[in-house]
This record gives sequence, structure tokens and C-alpha cells, in this order.
Amino acid sequence: MTSGQPLLFSQNASDSLSLDAPPPLKRGSFSCLCRTGSVSSSHVSSTFSDLDDAQSHFVDAKNESLSRRKLSWDVASIGERDLGRNLYESECTFPTTRFQSAESQFFQHVLSECHSQPAQSVSAFSGHHMEHDKSSDLLSRSALEISSGPSMYIPTDTASSSRREKLNHQRTRRKSWANEDILSSEENARFIHINDPRRTNDKYEFTGNEIRTSKYTVITFLPKNLFIQFHRVAYIYFLVIAALNQLPPLAVFGRTVSLFPLLFVLFVTAIKDGYEDWRRHRSDRKENNREAKVLQGARFYSKEWKKIRVGEILKIHADETIPCDMVLLRSSDPSGIAYVQTMNLDGESNLKTRYARQETASTDYESEHVTGLIRCEQPNRNIYEFTANMEFGGQRIPLGQSNIVLRGCQLKNTDWIIGVVVYAGQETKAMLNSAISPSKRSKLEGYMNRETLWLSVFLFVMCAVVAFGMGLWLERHMDRLDTLPFYRRKYFTKGQENGKRYNYYGLPLEIFFSFLSSVIVFQIMIPISLYISMELVRLGQSYFMIGDTRMYDCSSDSRFQCRSLNINEDLGQIRYVFCDKTGTLTENKMEFRKASIHGQNYGNSSYLADQQMQDTSEGRPGKGGIADTISRQRWKPKTVVKVDPELVALLHKELVGEERIAAHEFFLTLAACNTVIPIKTGKRLSTDLSFGEFYEEPVVIDYQGESPDEQALVCAASAYGYTLMERTSGHIVIDIHGEEQRLDVLGLHEFDSVRKRMSVVVRFPDDSVKVLVKGADSSIFNILAEVTDQREDQSTGIRCATQNHLNEYSLQGLRTLVLASRDLSEMELEEWFQSYQEASTSLTERSAKLRQTASLIECNLNLLGATGIEDRLQDGVPEAIESLRQAGIKVWVLTGDKQETAISIGLSCKLLTHHMQQIIINGSSEEECKNLLADAKANYGIKPQGCRSKNSKWKKNIDSDQTEVENPNDYVTPGSTFPKTGLHLRYSFDTEDLPEQYGAKVASTMNQQLALIIDGNSLVYILEKDLQPELFDLAVSCRVVLCCRVAPLQKAGVVDLIKSRTNDMTLAIGDGANDVSMIQMADVGVGICGQEGRQAVMASDFAMGQFRFLKRLLLVHGHWNYQRVGYLVLYNFYRNAVFVMMLFWYILCTAFSTTSALTDWSSVFYSVIYTSVPTIVVGILDKDLSHRTLLRYPKLYGAGHRQESYNMRLFWLTMIDTLWQSLVLFYVPLFAYRNSTIDIWSMGSLWTIAVVVLVNVHLAMDIQRWILITHIALWGSIVITYICLVVLDSIPDFPNYWTIYHLALFPTYWLNILLITVLALLPRFLLKVLQQMFWPSDIQIARENEILKRRHLGVKSDEATSSRQWGAQW
Amino acid sequence: MNSSGATTSSATSGPSDTVAPRRNSKRPKYSKFTQQELPACKPILTPGWVITAFTLIGIIFIPIGVASLLASRDVVEIVYQYETECIPPNARNNKLGYIQDPTTNKNCIATLTVPKRMEAPVYVYYQLDNFYQNHRRYVKSRSDTQLRSPTNENDTSACDPEDNTANGSPIVPCGLIAWSLFNDTYAFSRNNTTLNVNSKGIAWKSDRNAKFGSDVFPKNFQNGALIGGAKLDPRKPLSEQENLIVWMRTAALPTFRKLYGRIQDDLEANEKLSVQIANNYNTYSFGGKKKLVLSTTSWLGGKNDFLGIAYITVGGLCFFLATVFFVVYLFKPRPLGDPSYLSWNRNPAGH
Repeated sequence: MTSGQPLLFSQNASDSLSLDAPPPLKRGSFSCLCRTGSVSSSHVSSTFSDLDDAQSHFVDAKNESLSRRKLSWDVASIGERDLGRNLYESECTFPTTRFQSAESQFFQHVLSECHSQPAQSVSAFSGHHMEHDKSSDLLSRSALEISSGPSMYIPTDTASSSRREKLNHQRTRRKSWANEDILSSEENARFIHINDPRRTNDKYEFTGNEIRTSKYTVITFLPKNLFIQFHRVAYIYFLVIAALNQLPPLAVFGRTVSLFPLLFVLFVTAIKDGYEDWRRHRSDRKENNREAKVLQGARFYSKEWKKIRVGEILKIHADETIPCDMVLLRSSDPSGIAYVQTMNLDGESNLKTRYARQETASTDYESEHVTGLIRCEQPNRNIYEFTANMEFGGQRIPLGQSNIVLRGCQLKNTDWIIGVVVYAGQETKAMLNSAISPSKRSKLEGYMNRETLWLSVFLFVMCAVVAFGMGLWLERHMDRLDTLPFYRRKYFTKGQENGKRYNYYGLPLEIFFSFLSSVIVFQIMIPISLYISMELVRLGQSYFMIGDTRMYDCSSDSRFQCRSLNINEDLGQIRYVFCDKTGTLTENKMEFRKASIHGQNYGNSSYLADQQMQDTSEGRPGKGGIADTISRQRWKPKTVVKVDPELVALLHKELVGEERIAAHEFFLTLAACNTVIPIKTGKRLSTDLSFGEFYEEPVVIDYQGESPDEQALVCAASAYGYTLMERTSGHIVIDIHGEEQRLDVLGLHEFDSVRKRMSVVVRFPDDSVKVLVKGADSSIFNILAEVTDQREDQSTGIRCATQNHLNEYSLQGLRTLVLASRDLSEMELEEWFQSYQEASTSLTERSAKLRQTASLIECNLNLLGATGIEDRLQDGVPEAIESLRQAGIKVWVLTGDKQETAISIGLSCKLLTHHMQQIIINGSSEEECKNLLADAKANYGIKPQGCRSKNSKWKKNIDSDQTEVENPNDYVTPGSTFPKTGLHLRYSFDTEDLPEQYGAKVASTMNQQLALIIDGNSLVYILEKDLQPELFDLAVSCRVVLCCRVAPLQKAGVVDLIKSRTNDMTLAIGDGANDVSMIQMADVGVGICGQEGRQAVMASDFAMGQFRFLKRLLLVHGHWNYQRVGYLVLYNFYRNAVFVMMLFWYILCTAFSTTSALTDWSSVFYSVIYTSVPTIVVGILDKDLSHRTLLRYPKLYGAGHRQESYNMRLFWLTMIDTLWQSLVLFYVPLFAYRNSTIDIWSMGSLWTIAVVVLVNVHLAMDIQRWILITHIALWGSIVITYICLVVLDSIPDFPNYWTIYHLALFPTYWLNILLITVLALLPRFLLKVLQQMFWPSDIQIARENEILKRRHLGVKSDEATSSRQWGAQW
Repeated sequence: MNSSGATTSSATSGPSDTVAPRRNSKRPKYSKFTQQELPACKPILTPGWVITAFTLIGIIFIPIGVASLLASRDVVEIVYQYETECIPPNARNNKLGYIQDPTTNKNCIATLTVPKRMEAPVYVYYQLDNFYQNHRRYVKSRSDTQLRSPTNENDTSACDPEDNTANGSPIVPCGLIAWSLFNDTYAFSRNNTTLNVNSKGIAWKSDRNAKFGSDVFPKNFQNGALIGGAKLDPRKPLSEQENLIVWMRTAALPTFRKLYGRIQDDLEANEKLSVQIANNYNTYSFGGKKKLVLSTTSWLGGKNDFLGIAYITVGGLCFFLATVFFVVYLFKPRPLGDPSYLSWNRNPAGH
């Protein structure tokens, strides 16, 4: 997770921390500090009402808190036992200590209440806990107070209502919490006895390390596979029909014949499943039989993976894969560091550091028998968290996420590690995470089901007609049924039983049976085979999408992935694209660009000059000066960062003067305040002959870190002479201009999304202790030291300047961080250190406690400066977005970034233009949001009413565009030239002089040009309240919507806003874990295989390497897939219906007796063998337009929006056509063979061939691209039909013996087939011609253009000119 | 200088880094097939193609139609409906009783006039109406294995309700179809000389040779309480019982003809033929008609104008359409691939 990108939405406005000593009176108003704090916050407004709501639950506490004599006790002063009563007393008597560390809105509510509790209540309260604290050395009162914090925090960050409920709940439960918590933690904990697997596994049934991804065993395969297969409705339908056919009165088909299709499908699927499972078995076996070294007795022996048990001690060597989740005990590195690659787990390729605790790192596990107990949480799938502690050698040691290595990771850069197994087999985090993303259903399939319903209505009607006819016929012949030669009701030959009824069950039952048997005959009216064809077609389409070389990303070596096979055609109908910013639009490869140090801006003008300067310096080495210092470095970071000479010059001055010191500390913070690990590679001597001297080539340092921002900052620091050389858990070594300094790291508060900052406490060689902080501007500015009188001007000046620089940076699309530092006094240090120790060893709520500890020192800071990191736009993003927009797709950007950053990125990727009216919704209460929305709607005529209210913040950004954003086009990646189309220009009229009163009149045209910018804060109110429709109205009439500062769940909420209110298809694209909810919510989820791990990809339906592929995916493959599947569905409906209706007409001529003239096998083969292959081939390979045309004219995508390939009208047209064709099919032979000796099987044979030829020629008429495979499939199926008929007619046991030979001798037969084909297809052809002549579709025209242009001109170079002409016209 | 060295070193290490993964790169293999760019024929409906297609259909269809029509007109057909005529006028009130009474004489004599010269062979058919030989119960009531070989004699499970005799021995041939075998007979004479009707070779050769066994003899046939139709000579094998073979090839439609035999002599125009009909078959219980048909054949089969008319109509229609399109294209052409017809160019406001 990137430090700059908050995973979760949080309200940091109220983050405030002060450790000063204000007078009591001032403290009296402390409970309101959150308010004032939020007001002072620059960007984000606090949520008053919510705060009030929440606080009202604590009315009693609050009232008391307002009493003047109060004590804000430290939430983080965790263990009274450790600190002793003295400390507690001192805190009480030292009323100056007060701070508030509000992690989130919610947190703040709880905490502010806690903080501001008066002494009495606290002491009473704590008194209650004191006993308990004595009994449990782990838990502290404060932990109890907030213990539900993080767990609630994650799921409810958008749902403040539920938050409030929980709050109530929490209040009632408060008293009993203490005990419960202990109990639950004890019960939930998992006890692992180190090196004692027997004892570990004796009480609890931990799973072994054997994994099983396979579904079946030899024995369970058949029942289980059948059970799974019959989950599909289609198969049940098959089964019911087949079962019906087994009943004697209903035996329409032969018994085995009727089972054939079902058995065939079951068999094929079973073979496929079996094969897949066999492969899984094989890989499982391979995995389970891998070997690892396990400590047995006093030595490490090899043991198969599957036999590894929890509690055993393993030794893993370099480049080996970790067999199970284990706690690191020792590594080859004396300080206990190990590096792992977590590629298999989260897709991140950089190395992660894992630490063995110092306490365990020195033990020799082979020589001494170690014992210990690890208490850890139950297995869960969160790979980023682990909470445990370990009793080892009489000590209690806390364990965290950095102490475990997970299954599937690989050990790198470390010779060996020793660890103890905590989770094995299926309980490992890797296995728990290997869930499959939920499957989605395509929209077209939904429509298809609607039409299938119609088809079942037809089916029902037809069956009813047959049954009714049967009833009438029986009624009319009732008295003669016994003697009719062709309908016998009784046996006459069977002596005594004369008169025994033969298959006659009375009129009502006969009618009923007649109905059922007609269902059997007409069963393929419901095109079950269509579902199977569709699956195959999608599989084929996916094959081509995956194989598209133009969607292959060489930088990450990732090809396109289809993770879901159900929604290919949805890609052709996308109306809304929701996209994440970081890593999706941008590369997420950070580059240090700008720095503001001590109010001074660097890296601006001189930025480009440095390269030149470096060049010149390279020519004359050893001449001193700025360049020299760089070149004389013995260390060289792997990535080269350009430097600002001005700043370099500053850094070479004496270390005097505030600016100089600030710069020093600035870079020190950059180098020290992070979790980046330097990895040195190869030091070698080389000769540079051109200068005739030997020199030592610098060691290349590769910085490995979890956050790209940090890597960029460390690289930057290194470029300016502050090279991070070494990092262990205890110290860091920084090379400052060639001089190595060792700094002891006393503590490190890692970045979390609540605090939005990280800090490190370091002791300098001169014994001074400093805390270095780095964080988001909003989180740092609130905890800066209060301005003292004498330095007021200067420091406020610096602050203002820095603030301005920050605004400037974020307007340029840079990601900003603010750096600050502070000296720590001994007392502060001691206090903090105690607290830190306590917090970091606690088992429960450690992160919350650490947060509170952090707030002890993260206060009263001196501002050092700010950094601006560029997150470069990915290649082709503006072009892709412009194309999507031309295609009629609305692109919404949902980002966790700041509003300014979001807007500037929006401008640079052409999402926003200067001609757009920006509506900015920044409400901080429900009322405000409501007003803002209403105003915006009123002003842009979306709902013409009312006038602007006072607190409306919307602005017409025509003017401010000029001031705030100088020239956004500068930030478009170079080379992003694409033809501005006529359309684009046409709409870009000047809105500057537009009078505001225009209102509704102008609105219709201006709608194109509205841009809505809304922040997560407002979304909280809007999405939860009944303002949703308002936002929806506004948002859909805007051309662009930008949502900034949104939390993951809010992203899903925004998607849902559209999804639940319109029929339009939504697509969400993102790369990070924060996009998962959005990806799963949208109709189509696309994951970018980026820098941020694999969660997004795992949750997505499609995954690709770059955002720009989206253009190709939608405009080309989406279009093709939609056309293909749409046609496939209609054609399949037609194909089956024409067959069924032909049978129906015949049944009307057989006294309604459901006779089929076709042989049983032909009826069964019709949809399985005779006609299935061409549909599938066409569904995979047909293509209306070339990808060039589709990409050049994105508007062609509109065909999908207009549902041109599949809609109700087309369905009914097809059905009418089907009716006509079936009538032709039936009546032509009927009339041609009227009064002839034709027998039933000859007639059936003729119909079989005629219908197969007809549907294939019908298909041939609609094929738009003929390649060899199409020819083979199409004409091949007619040939195969003939072959099948010949074979079937060559078996003497069938009554139809020799039919085809006999029939084919007569010309009538051939004339019939020709007449049927031509006559049946004539109306369709005519309609097609008329439509193409008088009402050509866009696709038709583009197709004509594409084909005719190429035919006539034939030269490729002409394409350019033609496209230019077109571009002008289009 | 050092930095230059560094950059070169990093530059040299760069390619090696990128080369390594390329060895097993996931880059999809390029081929025209996988990129869906195979050379293909992409037909479009240009005016030329449309007019050509219609004209071509016209050119093909009209001659076929004319030829079929001529062939059909050449066929001479004599149809004599006799199910009422053949019953004595006094018995016509109770036809069913008459036909079911075994004692009555069911013979009748009819005189047919030959309208035109009929060249040999003249085919003799009987035509039944409203007889559902295609009724599911009827069609299924047969045992093809039993017909082929005596070893499958007991294979009568499909033959309900005419499978076995009362004492359980199998009926050969079993089933409703065989049971209801047509048993009217016709004897022709011309000028008091008997016209020979050849009833050999009326069934399909394949049926005679492979389907109906030459060693399968009728057994227990028509021995039940209710006689359905003709009896078979138990001494003749099934393969020689051509009437049965013809009858067993059940008709597709409720009105059907079956070949009775062939007259090997030419019949002259206005000749009088006298036919002695044994009107045995009971079609009266279901109100079926019976017809005697004498017909010559053409290359197209019997007398049927349908195909000829249909071909001429469709061909004519296509000619007409070709003309219409020709005119339309001439006067109101739409230039193909003209972008000005695109939806967004036609009405730019509609987005």
C-alpha cells in the first residue's frame, strides 16, 4: 500500500495534537477543539452534524468535560503497571499534558470523550480497571476504551448510521468489556509451542501442511461432479425431458436416443472437469512432496511439505519457497533481517523486509533445546496483518506483520532463515486468499432470458394447441377408437383379457399426456444448447482477447487476462467507466520533482538545466563545485534523479542558518523516515581509459521498499548527498556528503491511513534525539508547533509559503508530503519510550495503541518543508479517455487524492477541459450538500428552480481556471498528439461570456460541458441520505465526474448510484486493493496489473497491463464480442424455433399425435451436430469492422449503446421471419408431394436436409467475414448432415432404411431444397437490402467505406488522407 | 567522470535485466489468425450484387418452373373415387355394417375412360384419405428386426397392441401397420380382355432385399378376433409380399397414394377400361375416401403443378425486384460508404 494513498476514507481534518501547557480555562473548551481544528483545516471541512450526533451519545461525559477542572489523560499511557502509579499520579498532577489523537472521525468521538473525562470519573473508571490491570499485564484501560475501534473502523467508514448504532451498543457494553475482551482474546488465540509440535497439535486440531486444491477424488468424482453439473438449470431441463420420455405413454423418442444429448453434455463436461482436477491433483502432489528442512532433535532433516506440522521449526535457504506461514526466529543476518519476495501473494515484485526479534535471533536452535509459546490470532486472510506475542526465554515479545513470512513467498538476499510454523496448509494466508471472484451475468444474457420466457410462452401455446387438438380429435372419434386401424384403444388378440385397454387413459389424461409429449418433441424451442454454445464462443473470444498483441504490456510482461468468461459481450455496451487514478491513469512510478524547503521552492526553473550541468561536469572531473560532489560519491543509487543545482549549492554551505539547517534536516528526514531497505550490489574496479586513471566504480544501491513514494524520496535524498546506506531494526547509516553517520533508531511509527503520517525517533551521534515526521499536509499542519511571538512573522511566512507551494504542486498533479521534525527532551523520550514498548508488545489493538503512542511525539513540530512527487500519467491515457468519450462513454474518476490533484490530473488527461463548467460540491453537512446540489441543478437548468443560496460554494471556474491552473496542457505526456475531431471542436464554444440567467435554456447544450467535482466528505452525506437522486440527476447530466478523497466503499457506492438507477452498463477499472469493492460492484471490473499488488486483479473480470488498453478492449473487442454474441443469440433462437415450428405444422397433420417425420437421431443431432459448429465459429470469428476503423471512429461504439445487435424489435422480427421460413419449409414439400406415394421417412429426410441447408444459408447470408474456417464449418456441416443421413439410412434395422438413396434419385427432391431455401430467405434478403439502402446503420456505412476504399484505392498510404477527410467530416 | 561510468554500468545492466524475463515472456505469439487479421472475403450488398442476385435467381428459376410445369402437364391421370360408388345403393345407409359383414359380396365394377393416350408403364395406385398412417401409435407399431430375420421372431415389444396371439406366440409380421394391410383388389379389363397388372417390383428394391427377410414367413397373422385387413400367404416369405412392403412404408400425410401395380400396355385415348373392384377395406369407420388412380409419370413424378408454378412465381418476383432496384438505384442512389449518412452527421444534436 502506498503511503501517499490512503486505503480508507478518513476524516483527518480534526487530527490535532498539542502537547503544550495552556491555561486551564482554555482547556475547558477542549472538547470543542475538534471543531476548531476542523475549521482551520484547509482542504477538508469537518462534519459538524455527524460529530454532534456522535457526541450527543456522550452527553453526560461531555457535560462533565466542560467542567473546568479536568484531566485529559493519555490514552496511550497504556500500562499503569509498568509506568507505575507514580506516573499516573504525575499525570494527574501535571495537568498540562493534553493531547488528542484522532485517528478518524469516529475515533475522535470516542477519544475526545475519553480525553475530556474529568478526573473523578476517570479515576472511578480506572479504579474499576485497576484490579483487572493487575490480573492482566497485557491489557490496559485505554485499549478497552477503543478496542472496537479498528475493527469497526474498516467496515463502517461510510456508514455513519451504523457507526452510531455501534456507538450506542458500545456504550451499553462498556462495563463488561474488560472481562469479555480478555476471555475472547484468550479463547480466540492460537497457542503454538515452539519446537514442540506434539504438544501444539495435541489439544487443537490444526490442519497439517497438506494442501488440496482439487475438488474430487476417484470415488467422489462421479457423484460430486454430477451434483455440481446439475446445478445448472439447463441440465435439469434436459433431465426432466429425458425422464418424461421414459414414461411409456410419452415415449416420443427412443429411450436411449432421448438420453443422448444429456449424456453427451454431461460426459464432455465431466471429462473437462476431470482433466482439470487431475492437473490440480498433480500440482498438489508436486507441491505437497516438496521438501523443507525441519528441526528434529538437534538437526535439520528434510521433510516433505505435507508432513510439516504447526509448531515445528524450519530452516529455509535462499531462493526457496516458504512452505507455510511461520514466525521468523533467526536469519543468517545477525540483526535478524530477512528479505522475501511476495510476488505469489500480492504481485509486488519488490523485496519486503522481515525481522526476527533480537531476542530470538541469537539463539542457536541446533545446539540448544528451545521452548517458547506463541499466542497468535486465528487464521485469517488478511496478509497485511498479524498479531501475536511470544514467550521466549522468560520474555514476552510482541510479534507483528513484519515478523512472519508467508507461504508462497520466496526467500531472497538472505542465506537462510529459521522460523516456527504457525499456520499450515489450508490455514495459511495464501490459501485463504485464493478465493475466486464472484461470477457476474452479462446484460445481454439477462435480455436473452426475457426472450427465452417468450419462447417458453410459444412453447406452451404450441403444446396447448396440440393437446387441445388431440382432445377434439379423440372426442370426435370417441365411439370408433377401438376399431380405427391407426388408433387402437384395446387389445383384441389377447384371449381372456379381451378388451384390455392399450395405452388409453381416458380423455383428460390423454390430453395431458399429449401436452407433455409435445413438450418433449418441441423441447429445443428453449435453446438450451445456446448456453453451451455461448460458453464456447466466449472461450474463443477470450482466446483472441488474450492473444491480442496490442494489449500486451511489455513493461510488466503481462498479457490481457480474462478472469471471467461470462461477460465478454458486456464490453460492447459500457456507458460508464469508473476509474481509479493512482496506478490506473498514472504509472505509480514516483519521481521526485519539487521541494519546498524553509519556504523556498526548488526544482522549478532549474529543473531542466541540471542534466546539462551534469554533462559538463562529467567532462571535467575533479574540478570541484556542485557537480563534483555528485560525481565523487562512492555510492550510486540505482535510479538516477535529476537535481536542482541551487539546492545542491545550498547543501554545500556551512551548517549554519535556519535555512541550511532546515535543508539538512529535510534531507535527513527523507533518508531516515521511511521503511526502505538499501541493497548494495557489486563493487568493482574498472578502468576509464579516456582519463588514464583507475577509479572505484560506485556501488549501486537499489532501494527496495513497499511504497514507491518512499523509494522516490530516498533516491532523491541520495542524489542530494544524503544516501541511505544501511538499515536494520536498530540503526540506520546515512552517508552525508561522503561522511557516514550512524543513527540509532529508537522507534518507528509506521505509516497508517488514519494518521496519514509516519515518524521515526532517532538518536544522533551527538546524543541528541529527534523525531522526524513525514506525512500528508492536512495531517502535519495541524500538529505543528504553535507560533511563538518572536518568530511569528517568519514561521507563519514559511508556513504560508509552504502552503502555497503545496497548492501549486498539487495543481500540477504532484503528490505532496510535508516534512517536520522536533527535538525530544529526555523526559518526553522516556515517557514515549515506555509507552512505545508497552504498545508494541500488546497483543490486542496494538495498532491503535501505537497510534496513540505516536501522538505523544507527533506534536509541536517544526515545519521543514514539503516535497512534490510526480506520478506520471501512463502512456496514451489522454488519447484513450478522449476516445472513450467520443464513443459516448462517460468517464468518472474516483480517487483518494486531494481535490486539487484530482482536478489537475483530470486536466492533464483531457478529462476536464477549460471549456467545462466545473460544479464543485464540498459540503460538510447534509443541509449544505443538499443546497449545493439544488443550486447546481438550478443554475445549470437541470431542474430550473430557486436561486443560489448563501453558502453555496460552486464556482464558475472559467476564471479560476486561468489563475489556478496555468496551462494544463503542459502536463500532457509528450507525443500525445491526436487529431482533434470536428465534434470536439464543435462543442467547444466559448462559455466565458455566458450570462448566468440563461439557465434552463442553455442547459441542454451546456450539459455536454459540465464537470462535477465532488469530495468524499460530501458523498458521505449524499450517498447515505435521500440526496442520492439529486446527485444522480446532476451527475448524469455532467460530462465528467470527479470524486476525490473517496473511500473504497464509497467508490462502490458511487458505482451503485448509477447501477441501481439506470440500465446502463458500468465498468470499474483500478489497480489497488482500494478498488476491489468498486470492481466487484460494477457490471464489469477491470484490474490493472500494476504496482499495487494483485488484489484488484484477483477481484476483476478482466485484467490488463495498461489503462490505454481499455480503449482497445471496449472499442474493438467489446464491439466485436457484442455483435457476435448478439447475433449468436438471435440466430440460435431462430435456428431452434424454425425447426420446432416445422415439427409443429407437421404434427397438425398427424391427428395431433406428436409424430415426428424426422428420425429420432436426426432430431437429436440437429442442434448438436448438424448446425452447432457454424454458429460457434461465426460467434468467435465473424467481425463487421476492422479494428482500425473501430479505433479511428470511436462513435461506432454507440451501436452497443443503442443495442443494435440485440433488442426486442430484432427478436420479434426474427420470430416473424422464423414463422415464414417454417411455413415455407413445411408447405413446399407438402404441396410438391401432395397425392404422391411419399413415405414418412423420405419426407423427414427431405425436411432434415432442407432445414439444415436453410439455416446454414441463412447464416451464410449474415456472415460478414469469410475466412477458410468459416467456409469449412458452414459447408462442412451440410456435408456432415448428409453423411449422417447416409449412415443412418444404411442401417437395415431402422425403418428409414435406404431412404436418402432412393430420394436423391428424383429431381423433385433437389428442386424442393432449392425452392425452400430461396423462397424462405427471400423476405429476409429483401429486408436486408431495403434496410441497407434506405436506413443504413453507422456500422454499415463504415463497413462500406472500409471495404470499398480499400478495394478502389488499395494503397495503404491513402488511408491517411481518407482518414483525414473523414476526421473532418466525423 | 565517475558518474559517467556509473551511468554506463547501469546502462549495461539495464538490458540484461530486461532480457532475462524476455526469455519466457508472456507476449502473445503474433499470427494473422490470433490477431483476427486473416485475409478474408467481406461481402457487402452493393447495388450491383443485389440486382445480379435477383436476376440470376430469375434466370435460373423461370426455366425450371416452365420445364416442371410442362412435365406435369404431360402426365395423364385417371382418378376414380369409389368408396360410395362401390356399395349397393340400398346399403349406403349403413356402409359400416355392409363392409363389416363378411357375408356380403363386395365386388363392384367401374368403367374408366382414358382421356389421353397413356404410355406404358401406367401406374396403378390406390389413394386413401383421412387415414393417419402417420399417427404416432401407428407408425411406431412395428418391429423391423422381426421383419428381417426369423431369429428375432419374438421381438414384438414395439408392436402393441398387435404383438402376440392370445396364447402368447408372436404374430409375424406384428404391429398395427401390418395388421391394417390394405385389401382392396383391382382387376382391369379392356374390351373384355384382361389387362395384366404387374405387381412385382412395386416395392423398393432395398426393402425387398434387406429389410424384409426372404426366410421370414407370416405366422399367426390375422388370427385374432378382429380382422384388420388383408391376409398373407403363409408360404410366401415377406420379401415377396410386396403389397405388405409397400404398405409398411407408411405414408407421410393423411392423404396418400400407394402403388398397386403397373399396366405394361399403352392405353389409347377414349378407351374404356373396366375395373372390378373388391371393396374390402374398411375406411368407413373413419370416414376415409378411397380412390383408384391410373397415372403415367414424367421425370418429375406424378401430376403436380405446384413446383412449376412456384418456380415461375419466385423467378418472376425476382426479376421484378431486380427491375425495381435497378430503377431505385438509378434515380435515388445512396453513395456507398458516404459518411454524411452517419447518424451523428445527420443529426449532430443527438448525441
